[in-house]
Amino acid sequence: MTITYIEAIGEAISQEMERDPSVLLIGEDVGHYAGAFKLSKGFLESFGPDRIIDTPIAESAIVGHAIGMAYMGMRPVVEMQFIDFIACAYNMVTNFAAKSRYRQGLACPMVIRGPSGGGVRGGPFHSQNVEACFLNVPGLKIVAPATAADAKGLMLSSIRDDDPVLFLEHKYLYRRIKEVVPSNEAIPLGQAIVRREGSDFTIVTYGAMVFEALEAAEQIATETGAQAEVIDLRTLAPLDMETVYQSVRKTNRCMLVHEACLTGGPSGELAARLSEEFFDWLDAPILRVAALDSPVPYSPPLEDYFLPKSVDIVFQAKRLLAY
Amino acid sequence: MAKAHEKLFPGTGDRRAPQLTELNTPLSKAMRLRLFEWMVTTRKVEARMGTLYRQGKVVGGLYRGEGQEGISVGTAMALQDGDIVGPMIRDLGAMMVRGVPPRDVFCQYMARADGPTGGRDCNTHFGDHELGITAPISMLGALIPVVSGMAWASRQQGNNPVGLTYIGDGGASCGDFHEGLNMAATLNSPLVLIVENNGYAYSTPVQAQSQVEWFVDRAPAYGVLGMQVDGNDAEAVYNATKLACDHARSGKGPVLIEAITFRMNGHAEHDDASYVPEALVKAWSKRDPIDILRDRLIDEGVKSKRQIDNLEQKIFDQLKDDYEFALASDMPDALYATGGVYSEDDIGQPDPRRAGR
Repeated sequence: MTITYIEAIGEAISQEMERDPSVLLIGEDVGHYAGAFKLSKGFLESFGPDRIIDTPIAESAIVGHAIGMAYMGMRPVVEMQFIDFIACAYNMVTNFAAKSRYRQGLACPMVIRGPSGGGVRGGPFHSQNVEACFLNVPGLKIVAPATAADAKGLMLSSIRDDDPVLFLEHKYLYRRIKEVVPSNEAIPLGQAIVRREGSDFTIVTYGAMVFEALEAAEQIATETGAQAEVIDLRTLAPLDMETVYQSVRKTNRCMLVHEACLTGGPSGELAARLSEEFFDWLDAPILRVAALDSPVPYSPPLEDYFLPKSVDIVFQAKRLLAY
Repeated sequence: MAKAHEKLFPGTGDRRAPQLTELNTPLSKAMRLRLFEWMVTTRKVEARMGTLYRQGKVVGGLYRGEGQEGISVGTAMALQDGDIVGPMIRDLGAMMVRGVPPRDVFCQYMARADGPTGGRDCNTHFGDHELGITAPISMLGALIPVVSGMAWASRQQGNNPVGLTYIGDGGASCGDFHEGLNMAATLNSPLVLIVENNGYAYSTPVQAQSQVEWFVDRAPAYGVLGMQVDGNDAEAVYNATKLACDHARSGKGPVLIEAITFRMNGHAEHDDASYVPEALVKAWSKRDPIDILRDRLIDEGVKSKRQIDNLEQKIFDQLKDDYEFALASDMPDALYATGGVYSEDDIGQPDPRRAGR
């Protein structure tokens, strides 16, 4: 049976809740309304109001309470109604949760999850990709799945993880991705996967951009015969550089693609690591494709221009190959 | 000038705390002595650190709660085993009452390897999960939702705890004060929040923080019980906290206690507090919480003056071992800087980017 990306996430959470009584879901409208995207449909009936907790609109207090619960051995899954709203909880996430183990030797096992990303005409406050804001915060793990199977497998691992995990779901994929998903296979955090094999250049990406990259790879192959290897990072922290290096050893050309804004985005970190560690293996400069450096605009022509598309990847890939 | 604090001068006739007759419930001799001993211990530990600070042995700042020991000790004494406390910088007394040994405090302030954070964090930023103490962060108000969450979780786990934490008159302006107390109320969390109204937030007087004269008046806005108490009367603080804990523990929801006191030093040791009117300091120095209880114990014949003097000297002398232990403790190994960030790496590894050292 096939299920959607969002159903896969819901299934992972409910399976873990059944398996482990310390897991709970907390957030705005997650109970009787089942969440803004209906991820927790039926959860309240199955698990009751002590484990499916509707909260006031207070992201800082929600994360704060969840930290307290985690300190006591619970494993809260915190829903940000939209991941943009995590800005209101930035202090709790970065100063309390992320530094907890380091300062107090106290585990803070929690997942903060929410719909991120654009392409749904959500405007500046319902479309952002926030990973870059947290990549510079030691103590956090950051997950960004592209497929339904990964979303489920990575959520299982995230809930079981003893560190705070930021789980970035791409809302554009919620109902567009549908596939057969293994019933209960946890996918370890920190392992990238090769989505398409190729020997001419490497595209490193994650989240919704995996599909833009795959589409671009097919087009390039048709047009030029060059074969792109597409790597889906799946987890941004910890970052699986080994899979990236292995590919670049073969292709000697690399481009980095993400939906987060260009400046200060994760591609900067990847490019720096490649140039520091892998300069000798590169035959061309590392190129980047990302969202433009503006807030996420609302109107379709504006958002479409702002977001990276396969056409932009094709364009940059030709430059990369011609270098 | 802190208007509210002028009103609390003895004899001005507008003293709102204590309002409740229950706050005057007589305590046992043993309890009164324990309150006294813990307040003296706290004062002496901080005085010892003042010496270390002047000797240049404290790394960074020193934050004292002098004059507020009645609150930190009085509240913590009212707690039970299994309760949770989230102290702030002026609540060292609460940590001591819960069982933190003075050597931990000395080591922590001198950034030594034997300190509870091994040199990773400073001043009173440490907790002890076994003792039910959780460490604050510098961002004020953040402890409120966290301690509420801990207490809520513990109750779900079949216990009957109270989570008690503190905020200052300044910290009460932070968003987490509002979010935390509001959400604690909606969760019916067994939270007791102590607002230590000491007149000043760093250099800013209380009336520049809030146009609501008393913090206790905010309690009804959150649908929680509010109480106001003379923070320099440790016995009244103890009684108020007991009542608050009974209320929260019995499932009636959070309690806000405003404890009125005064900050007798600067914000930290570097701060001469020249912005505080002298008259105010002078008036409050006559209301020192240790002096108040000492006078009562002597006047009411619980102990003689000589016995009290001996007790205070004994408490000071007993700190010697801990203080010497801390001075002899090593600074931490540099590799401890990188370990413990994630569950997978408890032990720090040498970083190739520091190979040039």
